[in-house]
Amino acid sequence: MTRRTRIVLKAGVWILCLLPFLILVWRAVNGDLGPNPISFLTNWLGQWTFRFLLLTLALTPIRICFGLAWPALFRRLIGLFTFFYASLHFLIWILVDHFFNWDQMLGDIVKRRYITVGMLALLLLLPLAITSTTGMIRRLGGTNWRRLHRLVYVIAVLACLHFLWLSKAVRPDAYLYTGLVILLLGVRVWNALARTHRKAMQTPAVASDTGLSR
Amino acid sequence: MVIKRASKFKASEITDRKVYLNRRAFMAGATALLLAPSAARADSTPQGESLKATRNPKYSLEEKQTKYDDATSYNNFYEFGMDKEDPKKYAKTLKTRPWTVMVDGLVQKPKRYDIDDLLRFPLEERVYALRCVEGWSMVLPWIGFPLAVLLKQVEPLGKAKFVEFTTLKDPEQFPAQKPSIFSFGGGLEWPYTEGLRLDEAMHPLTLLTVGMYGHVLPNQDGAPVRVVIPWKYGFKSAKSLVRIQLTENQPPTAWNVAAPNEYGFYSNVNPTVDHPRWSQATERRIGEFLRRKTLMFNGYADEVASLYAGMDLKKDY
Repeated sequence: MTRRTRIVLKAGVWILCLLPFLILVWRAVNGDLGPNPISFLTNWLGQWTFRFLLLTLALTPIRICFGLAWPALFRRLIGLFTFFYASLHFLIWILVDHFFNWDQMLGDIVKRRYITVGMLALLLLLPLAITSTTGMIRRLGGTNWRRLHRLVYVIAVLACLHFLWLSKAVRPDAYLYTGLVILLLGVRVWNALARTHRKAMQTPAVASDTGLSR
Repeated sequence: MVIKRASKFKASEITDRKVYLNRRAFMAGATALLLAPSAARADSTPQGESLKATRNPKYSLEEKQTKYDDATSYNNFYEFGMDKEDPKKYAKTLKTRPWTVMVDGLVQKPKRYDIDDLLRFPLEERVYALRCVEGWSMVLPWIGFPLAVLLKQVEPLGKAKFVEFTTLKDPEQFPAQKPSIFSFGGGLEWPYTEGLRLDEAMHPLTLLTVGMYGHVLPNQDGAPVRVVIPWKYGFKSAKSLVRIQLTENQPPTAWNVAAPNEYGFYSNVNPTVDHPRWSQATERRIGEFLRRKTLMFNGYADEVASLYAGMDLKKDY
């Protein structure tokens, strides 16, 4: 892939990733947020955070199962968009939903388990976003960086719990997303097991887990 | 000895409290601006056959009523689907004529009422607050008559202690009642049942409801007849009733069966007893920007608190 196509592709993916946000702004401007706009904003942003998280997690399985390595080019981009949507989701919660009612929010973080795990997931996303730059990868060294970024698996589990616990009754989409997380993490476990097995017989596998090809 | 140390900040650098508060107002204003177009949308005129009813001022709130559009497009009615928009989307499939309601069980004179019989009772309009267990609320002008009037007609026996409400079960009319892995109704069992203690059912606030906003009930709001118990969380007010049965024992209720540790039989609105997974201290009134404090018994404490004298409402949630 030439540098040029890579730039064009990245720009395209960037715009696609921004689309859910642009649609939301468009709907807000047109008064199309429904009877409970604040809840609509929160749900929309939460749903898209989860979808982007699933997409980030899908890139390695795509390589493992279909031998396609190029989607991993966009891992950083999609990962950062996950953080973008998670931050907006959180901001709506403090700015609009509770309007700086710190006492109530702190109480919620401690007492409500779905908020506790959601908050934790956001906090864990923070170091991943901060260390996403090329300079940071160099400074940390590949091994350390990779180890740190395995936090995303913990984040995925927390995100599932957050979704499963938040509604009056368990929603089908919460089950669906949780199933997908199990599948995407399962492929990795299966692959790692297969690799250890292979290692015993042949040369060590080359593929690393970061997928950040450069 | 006095040690003089220069303050790290000049007094002029300290943000004035007014500015600090203004900043919040600014951010609120900015978000309000984002939400304003949604709030400013014009409302539709109510649909369906209109009903004659006199307003009962004793049981009517003076507060601003929820928009008709909001009251008919933001509903929890899992028989139609789990999303708030689902009831309106699928409401057409419900056929409200012919319709009868069986009133039986521990009564002297069991009777099957036709919906047109129910519409002939003296109807009154009452503006009630409705508080959903999920933390939002509305102000709705219902039309109906006290359930007590109906129950007195069938003459409850002395043994009767509870009233059970049953919603229609018909997968042809309620799409989400069809068994499917994609619409498992949030774990609810059909038919949807609800219940009250007999004294709660006989309370003058408990309204057998056939209309709202001057017209018959829209399908998504529980047509053609439902019950409205304004001091309890919304799910207690069962919709599209086909049977009202008087019983000796406490009847099983849908949400209580689905999650007994989260939804009690009483489910009175109570800001001091939290749902295990979220706070009940505040609510968002649909159409308003800031949350408001939830009131004990949804503001009906004067009328109903005596029903629960001596009970531990933390235990009997």
